[in-house]
Amino acid sequence: MKLKEIAEILSLRPLTPVEGLEREVSGAYVGDLLSDVMANAGEGNLWITLQTHVNIVAVAVFKNLSAIVIVNGRMPDSDTMDKAVSEDIPILLTGKSAFETAGKLYQILNAQNLQG
Amino acid sequence: MRLKEIIRLLDAVIITNSRDYEAEIEWACATDLMSDVLYYSRGNSVLITGLAKQQAIRTSDIADIKVVVFTRGKEPDTHTIELARKKKITLLITPYSMFTACGKLYERGLRCCPE
Amino acid sequence: MKIDKTYEGNFHIVGGDFSRAGEASTELKTILLNVGIEDEIVRRVAIATFEAEMNIMIYATAGILRYIISPEEIRIIAEDMGPGIEDIELAMQEGYSTAPDWVREMGWGAGMGLPNMKKNADIFRIDSVVGEGTTVEMIIKL
Ligand SMILES: Nc1ncnc2c1ncn2[C@@H]1O[C@H](COP(=O)(O)OP(=O)(O)OP(=O)(O)O)[C@@H](O)[C@H]1O
Ligand SMILES: [Mg+2]
Repeated sequence: MKLKEIAEILSLRPLTPVEGLEREVSGAYVGDLLSDVMANAGEGNLWITLQTHVNIVAVAVFKNLSAIVIVNGRMPDSDTMDKAVSEDIPILLTGKSAFETAGKLYQILNAQNLQG
Repeated sequence: MRLKEIIRLLDAVIITNSRDYEAEIEWACATDLMSDVLYYSRGNSVLITGLAKQQAIRTSDIADIKVVVFTRGKEPDTHTIELARKKKITLLITPYSMFTACGKLYERGLRCCPE
Repeated sequence: MKIDKTYEGNFHIVGGDFSRAGEASTELKTILLNVGIEDEIVRRVAIATFEAEMNIMIYATAGILRYIISPEEIRIIAEDMGPGIEDIELAMQEGYSTAPDWVREMGWGAGMGLPNMKKNADIFRIDSVVGEGTTVEMIIKL
């Protein structure tokens, strides 16, 4: 499923260039411990987190994640944004919680037969 | 949502429980960061977390959270289990990831703590 | 229930020992419940105190947590001999954190601790001197 469709359904606000929204999302992972995401997130996953510091971009690059969704209305640091743009990792925001974002996305992806 | 329903939906293993399986759990909170739990959670909720450590139990006790679910089958150490038992916190382990666990509970109508 | 006298006490917090992190706040919570303070107020005090205790654990080498429970209010004073905070306004912002990676792996470093103390206390004061230490004072009215 395209990131763009997910962003529309969940009303996510993209902070990075819109071209990034053309990416395919393979599934999703929720987590705030970077070591856990490094070990367990799958390629192409959309990553739902509360973390905002610059290391999240490095994790997303390393794991080939499709995008990062930052929850609870948190804003990423400016160096996180700079790195996300230069590394071409889409970052999107939502004021909703991780539980609600994941809950809704699970239903959307399930309907498409994509797993987390 | 009833505790027994949470256990069933998450295919959870029960590590500690001194609560009635019919007990009603009102809200859910999913995070690995403890200040996030302390800031947004309400009492009588379930915490879904990948932080399978004593810190998660301490935080839940402070915030009056009654049920804690560790994700991805992560087994806590004995200190963590002991603390949960002492604090009368129901401790569950689900084989599912945080994403899937949230999805299964949300699908059946459980909602996150209101602000 | 009305409280008829004043209760005071303190806890010594030693930095770095994560296995004991939160014990002081947990004990204070028990004391408050035994004294007969209402659950919702106990929860607010416990949360604010726990955040203060964790900051001493993480950022300072040692500190002391004092409590005074009187018929009118609960007063918590968390004083540490740590590095101090250079820019308090910045530290108070939601999401601002200098927590190192190992702390983030322990479930802390969301940058929500100080905002949470402020949220749960009726009166919140913070005073810090770089190189000397930090004092947080919180009052919850009864
Ligand atoms: N007692 C202290 N001594 C020195 N610095 C402190 C102290 N308390 C807070 N700080 C500084 O203020 C920042 C913000 O503190 P705050 O408690 O809000 O968030 P955090 O501790 O980083 O993360 P969280 O509390 O969400 O786990 C800290 O990262 C640290 O730089
Ligand atoms: Mg803190």
